[in-house]
Amino acid sequence: MMRFLLLFSRQGKLRLQKWFLPLPEREKKKIIRDMTTMVLARNPRTCNFLHWKDLKIVYKRYASLYFCCALEEQDNELLALEVLHRYVELLDKYFGNVCELDIIFNFEKAYFILDEFLMGGEIQETSKLTIAKSIEASDMLQETMEEYMSKPAF
Amino acid sequence: MSDVVEKTLSALPSLLSLDSQPGAGKLSSTSKLGSLIRNITELTSKHEEEKLIKRELAALKEQVSSPNTTMKQMREAMVRAIYCEMLGYEASFTYIHAIKLAQQGTVLEKRVGYLAVSLFLNESHDLLLLLVNTVLKDLQSSNLIEVCMALTVVSQVFPKDMIPAILPVVEEKLTHPKEIIRRKAVLALYKFYLIAPNQVQHIHAKFRKALCDKDPGVMTASLHIYLQLIKESPDMYKELTGSFVTILKQVVGGKLPIDFNYHSVPAPWLQIQLLRILGLLGREDQSTSELMYDVLDESLRRAEMNHNITYAILYECVKAIYSIYPKSELCEKAAKCIGNFVLSPKINLKYLGLKALTYVVQQDANLALQHQMTIIECLDHPDLIIKKETLELLFRITNTQNVTVIVEKMLGFLKLSNDDYTIVDLVGKVAELAEKYAPDNEWFIQTMNEVFSFGGDMMQPDIPNSFLRLLAEGCESAEESRQLRLYAVDSYLAVLQKDSAHLPQRFLQIISWVLGEYSHLKEGLDVQEVRQLLMKLLDRKGVTTETRCWVLSSLMKLCEGPGADEMAQELVERWGSSLDPLLRQQAQELLCLSLDKDLRTRTLPLATTWDGLEVDSSLSFLDGFVAEALAAGAAPYKPPHQRQQEQCQEKALSLEPYGLSLPVSLSSCSLTDRQSPTLLSMSSGQSGNSTEPSNKAGSSKLNLEGVKRVWGKEGYLPHREVPEESAPVEEASSAVQSSSQQGGASDKSSMAHTEPVEQDKEKQQLASSLFVGLGSHNATSLMGKSETPSQRFRRKPRTQVSTSSSVTSEKSDSSHSSRSTVDSFLYGSLLEEEPVLPQPNTSHTPRVTTANGSSETKTQSFIPTNGTFEGEEAEEEEEEPTQTENDITSVTAHRTKQGSLIMNSDMVIVQPTMWSDQPKDWSQDDSGDLLSSGSDTHMETSPLLLLPADLRDLPHSNINTLAADQSLLLSSCHVYRDDALVLVIFLSNSGETPIQEIAVQLNCEQLEVASLRGNVIDTLDGLGTSVCRYTLVMDGAHTQVEMTGTVSYQAGPGHTQTLPFSSKLSLADFIRPLVITTEEYGKLWLSFSHDVKQNLKLLKGDRDPLVTTLDALKETLQLHIVDIIGSEGIVACRLLQGAPCLLHCRIHGDSLAVWLRSSLPGLPDCVLYYCQKALLEH
Repeated sequence: MMRFLLLFSRQGKLRLQKWFLPLPEREKKKIIRDMTTMVLARNPRTCNFLHWKDLKIVYKRYASLYFCCALEEQDNELLALEVLHRYVELLDKYFGNVCELDIIFNFEKAYFILDEFLMGGEIQETSKLTIAKSIEASDMLQETMEEYMSKPAF
Repeated sequence: MSDVVEKTLSALPSLLSLDSQPGAGKLSSTSKLGSLIRNITELTSKHEEEKLIKRELAALKEQVSSPNTTMKQMREAMVRAIYCEMLGYEASFTYIHAIKLAQQGTVLEKRVGYLAVSLFLNESHDLLLLLVNTVLKDLQSSNLIEVCMALTVVSQVFPKDMIPAILPVVEEKLTHPKEIIRRKAVLALYKFYLIAPNQVQHIHAKFRKALCDKDPGVMTASLHIYLQLIKESPDMYKELTGSFVTILKQVVGGKLPIDFNYHSVPAPWLQIQLLRILGLLGREDQSTSELMYDVLDESLRRAEMNHNITYAILYECVKAIYSIYPKSELCEKAAKCIGNFVLSPKINLKYLGLKALTYVVQQDANLALQHQMTIIECLDHPDLIIKKETLELLFRITNTQNVTVIVEKMLGFLKLSNDDYTIVDLVGKVAELAEKYAPDNEWFIQTMNEVFSFGGDMMQPDIPNSFLRLLAEGCESAEESRQLRLYAVDSYLAVLQKDSAHLPQRFLQIISWVLGEYSHLKEGLDVQEVRQLLMKLLDRKGVTTETRCWVLSSLMKLCEGPGADEMAQELVERWGSSLDPLLRQQAQELLCLSLDKDLRTRTLPLATTWDGLEVDSSLSFLDGFVAEALAAGAAPYKPPHQRQQEQCQEKALSLEPYGLSLPVSLSSCSLTDRQSPTLLSMSSGQSGNSTEPSNKAGSSKLNLEGVKRVWGKEGYLPHREVPEESAPVEEASSAVQSSSQQGGASDKSSMAHTEPVEQDKEKQQLASSLFVGLGSHNATSLMGKSETPSQRFRRKPRTQVSTSSSVTSEKSDSSHSSRSTVDSFLYGSLLEEEPVLPQPNTSHTPRVTTANGSSETKTQSFIPTNGTFEGEEAEEEEEEPTQTENDITSVTAHRTKQGSLIMNSDMVIVQPTMWSDQPKDWSQDDSGDLLSSGSDTHMETSPLLLLPADLRDLPHSNINTLAADQSLLLSSCHVYRDDALVLVIFLSNSGETPIQEIAVQLNCEQLEVASLRGNVIDTLDGLGTSVCRYTLVMDGAHTQVEMTGTVSYQAGPGHTQTLPFSSKLSLADFIRPLVITTEEYGKLWLSFSHDVKQNLKLLKGDRDPLVTTLDALKETLQLHIVDIIGSEGIVACRLLQGAPCLLHCRIHGDSLAVWLRSSLPGLPDCVLYYCQKALLEH
């Protein structure tokens, strides 16, 4: 089971955080701090895995953004890398050529996509198409409402 | 900053052109959030950011609390609040508004509301209670999106005590027409299962339905639950193996819709999940494993593409292949696969390859040998993670000959690492290796010194404890122990004389203890000098009180000889008035002892042996004092739990009036949760610190594998061949070199040649010192000092290998295979007669020959024949033996025939077949099962007749096998006496020769164990059976307890064997009916404070469901039904003759609402667990 997923920038700024097990606020802050320092300190030619306490940390850099997640002992690191990759693909499909700014300004969308993709730390849906569809379905609602609401403004 | 601007500009066109993509480029640059973000990015200092956010939060606060704010504005504000929280600023005033938004908003506002809730609120947050109604409403909504959102939030934030409120509705969703809802519901239930397994126990049948769902996505989701369930009890799900194999076959064969592909690999996540499940199911189970060989082979073959995801599948495949009952052909392929990983230039794959090697190397040490050069390279890898993983691998292949080099490498790594967790872990490993394989005293003490100085005060306390115990208990040879102690004293004096300011407290404590105890061993050592050193420690700053106490108590041992009185005086002056009572006491004691020499020599005699030391833990010597005090009117002592209980009772009485209605409401649930002391809730598998279960198990396995420890009870290994380090290295290097030429890959040697010669030599040297003792040429193998070369097929020896192990291994393996035959009987329901028996033997005999050291080629020639029949259907299994026999070359055929003849005629080998793991009825075994009939004669007298006459009339269980080896068979029977559980152990001599001096020992921490009779037997004649009895009493509530024991006996003169056994006892064995009247029940009910409520399954029957259910419970759990009034029933039982447990049952809709109360904390939970189990199994 994935324990948490963090997205942060090269400067160590947190962009997204998802905790699949409840943790006290203080612990979360410590983890975020540890992760950013550990991951940012890694050399580019080293492997994408780290150990932190009894957890396995898997991270990958996409452009200026680091995707970093924590796994339990029995989980497969390579598979986690692909989970991260699939998430990036999903973001890319949704935003169209996604960049860090998309995630900064629309982080709630990034959360919604993540919720369709993972649930309780396990993969829920792997099909890009299905996720796109269900996001679209809820977005459509938003879209029409938004249009309706914002009409007078234009 | 400029690239941010650039990015923004590049995003602009898509913003302006009305792109049709749903969310593309919607930078809300005009919104408040947009400007907030932009403002923040423009700031340069943290301080400015703080100011800005503070202003922002103030504005937010005003906005959310204003009554005029619309829901839409609220949604926008919420997003900003989330952003502020992400930056690390608290916005707790918005939490309640997030809940409100989820409650009252339209769908899209709800979505943001739920998101905010899941980000803001922790499981323990009080506000969550306010969410229950909203979630309930949304779960029942007709809008799919609302249902989805509710399911998502439920799986994210709902705590244990809120689950019952929504559980029924979530359960309902399992039959929802829309697959996405079903999938989410399954995942939500999986989450519940992790948090509170006993709450979803009744849904297991529905999980099975989810497994058979027509939508592959729902099926995939249900596998999460199955993986968990199978991990906990693999035996209960063996019959699903076929289904899992079929599913995997279809997936691998590309039968799933293309939607499930990931980079053109079919459903990799599903594949991996299935591989894991198969690995668990096939563990140590040949017949189950045989079902999956084919599909594993296919998975290996199909995963050929060069992509991370295929490597991930391959890795799991390899793990599964090495977890199940081994098949050489597959193992070879898997080994090749690991080789590809290890040799890969991609660093991630290398890492995984090392991990796989670590996993596999316990079974096949040769594999490490093949890759030794790569391992050496990884040891010097710049990436610390790779390095650490390599050390982990080396840890697994350590033996007496390479221990010095490996420990040196580990200590080297320790110097580099600064992460506490790693240090503690590594220090523990070094200590373990040092204790197990130390070549000599000097090395051992020095290594332990390093351990203590590195590990400091973080390391596990058992390391110093076992070290001191080792010193104290000594070894077999008195001279050896003296040398060891002397060396320790020398070394510690040297340590103290140097600068010792940085030493950790634990180390100082050890030093002072050793000096106090053993410094007299060193001749010519001035006691005063030692005292001086220790006194200096006392006065040093930064030394904790605990350490000071250690130092004082060792000074106490040293106050003899010249200067002792002065020292005592000085110490008392300095510490006699210390603020710390412990120090003060120590100082006073020291004074007393120094004044009274007689007393001192009596209490602290020099050079004591620890063997005769007995601790009177019941403090019986104080009895007189207690009696006096009681006579003088003192209150009797109450143990802490009793005091606590009384307190609880007072509280509980005022809080909870006796009520009869039991709706599942939140309040009742939280009450339930108030005391969650049981093992049930603890076992949720959620605990974060369950570090590396497999590895842990692995390391303990190493311990047990008949390795004769160099240190320990048996003592210091006296017949070490070569104490010097250099000699074995040279000697071994030749062995390894030759083996590397023979076994290693040729490409590696060529690669080695291109490198500079010296470096190459250096590496070769290192390799030879690291991998010494691993090759099959070498006498010492991984398994320790036993002569058997690496045994590919031996996985877990059950018996302790003491002599030439061929007989034992054959024995244990044959019992293994024949047990799996029984399994195939049970599960395949193929009740054909005879032919199944020889099958395991034919496939088996060659394996034993391998184990004995003869050529491996024979095995390979065998296995394919095995493989041919595996491909065929189960019905053909019966024809298999003949087929196999035909295929085998005449010589071996002859051998196998002989083997099977032996199997049929010789009691000794057949026995394990009938004594299967499953609880079985004896009479049935005797008559019905062809496997056992005919040959055995003495077993016809069923051991039940051997039950002592006084126990024969009492209710008792069937007879189960506990353990067996070649000469002795242990079985047990539970007899349920009112006041205790009587455990009757039958010891049967299965050979013809009498066995001498049998001693049985039984341990169980949670139970009171008393031996009645028969645990020591002088002689047991051939084929004779003897009985020994124990009474077991359970005081506290435990769902399950494990007892372990050993039988030691002499099979031949002077040849002592031990046979370990273990068994599990459940609470149900200790439950007795409590016969009381309804009035008494009412009275008792009010006086109990520990209660639990739960809805249970209601059994349907011809009669009234309540009566049916209660009868079922009574039948399985020995409860007493006190009364049944209408739709309510009251039931009572007790824990032996101790704490009662009362059940109040009421029909509530389709379920049985049960309320349990007891005076014993934890008992209601445990009883409830068994009620649930009983009803589920009914």
